[in-house]
Amino acid sequence: MTATPGFPLLEVEALTISLPARGGGWTDLVRDVSFSLAPREILGLVGESGSGKSLTALALMGLVDAPGARITGSARYRGRELLGLKKREMQLLRGAEIAMIFQDPMTAFTPVYTVGAQIDEQIRAHRALSRAGARARTVEMLGEMGVPDPARAADRYPHQLSGGLRQRAMIAMALSCNPSLLIADEPTTALDVTVQAQILGLLRRLRRDYASAVLLITHDMGVVAETCDRTMVLYSGSIAESGPTDALFLQPGHPYTAGLLDSIPPLHGPRPRRLPAIPGAPPSPAQRPQGCSFRPRCAFNHAACLDPPPMLRRGRQDIACVLPAEGRDLPPRPMASFDAPVPA
Amino acid sequence: MKGHGRDDATPAAQAPGGPGPAVSTGPAQMDALLPVPTPLLEARHLVREYRVGGAFTRRRQVLRAVDNVSLQVFAGETLGIVGESGCGKSTLGRCLLRLDDPTGGEVLFENRDITRLGERALRPLRRRMQMVFQDSYSSLNPRRRVGDLIAEPLRVHPAPEGSSRTAAAIRARVEELAELVGLSAAALSRYPHQFSGGQRQRINIARALALSPALVVADEPVSALDVSVQAQVVNLFADLQERLGLTYVFIAHDLSVVRQIANRVAVMYLGAVVEMGDADAVLHSPAHPYSAALVSAVPEPVVGLPDRRTVLTGDVPSPVSPPSGCRFHTRCPAMRPVCRSEAPKLRPLGGEFRSVACHFPLTAA
Repeated sequence: MTATPGFPLLEVEALTISLPARGGGWTDLVRDVSFSLAPREILGLVGESGSGKSLTALALMGLVDAPGARITGSARYRGRELLGLKKREMQLLRGAEIAMIFQDPMTAFTPVYTVGAQIDEQIRAHRALSRAGARARTVEMLGEMGVPDPARAADRYPHQLSGGLRQRAMIAMALSCNPSLLIADEPTTALDVTVQAQILGLLRRLRRDYASAVLLITHDMGVVAETCDRTMVLYSGSIAESGPTDALFLQPGHPYTAGLLDSIPPLHGPRPRRLPAIPGAPPSPAQRPQGCSFRPRCAFNHAACLDPPPMLRRGRQDIACVLPAEGRDLPPRPMASFDAPVPA
Repeated sequence: MKGHGRDDATPAAQAPGGPGPAVSTGPAQMDALLPVPTPLLEARHLVREYRVGGAFTRRRQVLRAVDNVSLQVFAGETLGIVGESGCGKSTLGRCLLRLDDPTGGEVLFENRDITRLGERALRPLRRRMQMVFQDSYSSLNPRRRVGDLIAEPLRVHPAPEGSSRTAAAIRARVEELAELVGLSAAALSRYPHQFSGGQRQRINIARALALSPALVVADEPVSALDVSVQAQVVNLFADLQERLGLTYVFIAHDLSVVRQIANRVAVMYLGAVVEMGDADAVLHSPAHPYSAALVSAVPEPVVGLPDRRTVLTGDVPSPVSPPSGCRFHTRCPAMRPVCRSEAPKLRPLGGEFRSVACHFPLTAA
């Protein structure tokens, strides 16, 4: 486990989420995921679609509603077990202590009430405040999230706001009760880059202004690089690699992390003639290969990969791969050459 | 960056008799005293307006999705069109292929005005220009086998003169196309839902190439794909261009992807092109404040970068009532009084087909 400063806010151990498989047995969608999150820390959870990153978050919130799903392991929030918590107790935590924002604010808000009414409702569910008091808090929160003319915006329906404003309103709602942990599931994926930059700035400010920790779920390595203190890479339901963001980006230890970074076309520096793409596609959870899940797509595939990979420490990273144990570290990535002038 | 090939080091782009027509290196040759090459595709003052506000509103308004866009696409090159959602880049792409009817202006394909051609007259031209869409699933009929989907254009369009389209000939062509885009022969008898997003996009590309088009307009073709798969499809686009001498108009919001594939880019904001030029020139030393903000907003997968971000405030104004003067003045960090009243025209800047619509461009050359 990567060391985190201070007492962990959230400690997840061996979290496994399975669905009954056809013909008996279980299919693990998330396998043996362990991590911890310190107060005020921003942890990035990256992976491609189907890697289990959103499911992990939903399990923490007690929101996995797939019929027959089995969740094992443990997830302790301030030492208190979240998995298997009674519905009523979870409701007290959810929104007040742990809040979540989603990719699509349009579906997270109900279209039939104004944005303000929905934020008021959340505040009044957790705090003993009058309607007027709740509304004052709503307007204050919207204002702090950079919504222009917050009193008027509170009286608008979700469809009357732009995507960026809706996402701000959702963050305002999530933060209205001052949660210690914010789980943000692809919060900027539906937004344009200029608006994304605004929202990411907002997330980075949360720890300072609200002392919140953030679990940021994304598929975008760029978003992780500039937002997260630590990064955890998921592949096919398991952790491939985790560690401090700078270490992980400078010298990825898992071939999947390296491949993922190489696949991204660079905006600056020399333009590669071809992108070093990872061949193939991730396996479906029901058809994972024997041993390492990444084996069929990996350039370093060899006999030792037929066994499940051990989680090994190398430098400041934890890597689920046999290469470090074999003394075959991946090369460090070239530092970005910066040839772009600073815009005036 | 002087060359307009994909990369200065690209052997195929420099090889004599390389793929594509004689002007396959694009507008770089304009610098020399050669006769000016005619563009494969040209838009002149293109406008597309929509009436918005339906039966229940009193006042019907006009939304100008594409506002006076002029551009040229040369044979063998890739023109990238970038911009945020709602900037009109998709509408422009559809107008260029006459999948949508422009309200004003002209579209010339191979030097022929196609703006007002009827559907019948357009038909023979359709085989020369094809489109690939973002949503690989909704563009494939789920009830038909992949082989039939790829064969459909061959069955719909009459065979070119001097050749025949027997069932065997079609089958051979479909297999050839499958191989070209990296699909196995076994894939042809399966259905679209049995494929991943990346594979489905390969099917769409194979179908678009069935009639050997000269021009392919691709609208966000890799946006829905995971990065590891996205890189495969970007490479495929590049390989196909090299092998078949294709010309691309590549529409995308992802600047890194566009830089990887495009020789030139056009940056759009609220329906208009605000800057155009060599891809690396525009993305590395943007002249328009909007291009600069767009580039600086891209989160790069690199740690330890200095924070050079120009964060724009506010949202994109409504295209129904765009701001007066320069359409970007409401969000521009370098706005001056003249920007409020006078709309800047797209004018040349330096060389190499660089142009910018700004009163106070950030770079002089």
